[in-house]
Amino acid sequence: MRLELPHSEIEAVYKEMILELFRHPLNKKIPKRYDVKRRGLNPSCGDEIEVMIAWEEGKLSDIGHQGQGCAISQAAASLITDYVKGKTATEILSITNTDMINMLGIPVSYTRIKCALLCLSTIQDALT
Amino acid sequence: MTGTAAKQHFALFARHPHLAYLDNAASTQTPQAVVGAMASYYTGYRANIHRGVYELSALATGRYENARGALARFINASADEIIFTSGTTAGLNWLALRLTQKFTSRDNVVLTRLEHHANLVPWQQAAKERGFSLRFVELTPGYEIDLASARTLIDENTKVVGFALVSNTLGTISPARELIALAHERGALTIVDAAQAAAHLPLDVRDLEADFVAFSGHKMYGPTGSGVLFGRREHLRRLEPLFYGGEMVSHVTYETAEWAGIPERFEAGTPAIAEAIGLGAAAEFITGLDLAAIRAHETRLTEYALEKVGKEVKIIGPADISRRTGVVSFVIKGAHPHDIADILDKHGVVVRAGHHCTMPLMRYLGLTGATRASLGVYSTAEDIDRLVEGVRYAKKVLCA
Ligand SMILES: Cc1ncc(COP(=O)(O)O)c(C=O)c1O
Repeated sequence: MRLELPHSEIEAVYKEMILELFRHPLNKKIPKRYDVKRRGLNPSCGDEIEVMIAWEEGKLSDIGHQGQGCAISQAAASLITDYVKGKTATEILSITNTDMINMLGIPVSYTRIKCALLCLSTIQDALT
Repeated sequence: MTGTAAKQHFALFARHPHLAYLDNAASTQTPQAVVGAMASYYTGYRANIHRGVYELSALATGRYENARGALARFINASADEIIFTSGTTAGLNWLALRLTQKFTSRDNVVLTRLEHHANLVPWQQAAKERGFSLRFVELTPGYEIDLASARTLIDENTKVVGFALVSNTLGTISPARELIALAHERGALTIVDAAQAAAHLPLDVRDLEADFVAFSGHKMYGPTGSGVLFGRREHLRRLEPLFYGGEMVSHVTYETAEWAGIPERFEAGTPAIAEAIGLGAAAEFITGLDLAAIRAHETRLTEYALEKVGKEVKIIGPADISRRTGVVSFVIKGAHPHDIADILDKHGVVVRAGHHCTMPLMRYLGLTGATRASLGVYSTAEDIDRLVEGVRYAKKVLCA
């Protein structure tokens, strides 16, 4: 509970970069060809995401995501789907939650952590 | 005493004078009278109940049973029809387990499309085990219970009709009398989930003719972990306990046991004594403020909220003020409820976002989630103004 904080704190989370990725998410597509598809669910808000992954020569060659989400989850999905391109399964599985939050570069409160991590954990699920 | 004047009863508002607490459907704040009643048990006469022969235990037992009496008066029941539970969820689970034991694949249970998961999932599980079917009364386009649908669904094989008296997502007040009459015509039992009604609408179980009514302490200015299941005496007399152990028996041998009378047989083990005493104080607190006055205050404010907030957002719930409570859910095109609630929080406005434990209802309405502001006795027009201001700002940030 934060009372009457200046708008600057709102702007710290809802930075232009985050909002831009929310309005125009990256990799929000169904790849032409893919090898695995996985659904992820954020039980606290009911948001669903679906990721589709294509492999080529042991590396992730293409990835797309579908579904609805809040600004933080959409921005995170954009960033992580770009980041995993060209990486091996081992490399992707070693990405930590902290890496994901650092990528977003905003303060993520306890209640929003699931939003920030939904896409990463769905991708990692798809690999195991 | 409502609005700003009611705030003085709540220590939290002294600490956070500018907080617009609009999440009363999730949980209400606790007045000093309730905190004090619980504290006096812990500091003044703490002992187990129904056991000690000593004075302290007798005192604790007396206060615990007085609380039962207070709850009975609160809903116009008899004290032996009041079972203390840990909340609405516990009461509904017990009913879904115990009432359905002899149900067969011919039988059905009728619920509505707007039920909280607590009045849906227990029935789903029981249906899977016993093979009876579940039916759901449809909603009208105006977010109300469709009685025509209820008439076609409730038939001679209907054994139970269960419904929320007030929807925690839409604010809709169910046509309880009509649903109960339809059920009774067909010989079905009725279960009323009154979680969202207890602190907001006068509740008279005799007048309603409900068979069972469940509600939670923490949504009526009482403690967490407390609640009531009301059951009509003639039903309670024939129902099996859910738990077995101390307190609920009258005679035990190594081979057999006989149950105590009602309601003791449904309260195995040491109950949440302080919480029950606190809940009794909460019922008296509400009665002291006068439920009719609370309803009038919340209705006025709801009307104000629907008008002011309605200019900024799409309201998901009945427009007719007499058919709804101060649970005001809304959506904003292009803005996710999580983001709206987050930005409102940073404005000092506390609301809930998401599916509100009604995932199937959300899907039924074609929504993934909504933002919900819900009123309490201490809500003020200023709280609503701050909500509107916050919503405008959220739109500016998110929908630019
Ligand atoms: C309509 C309704 N039914 C049941 C419940 C469950 O109540 P509790 O969580 O207190 O058991 C709630 C509250 O979340 C509710 O709003």
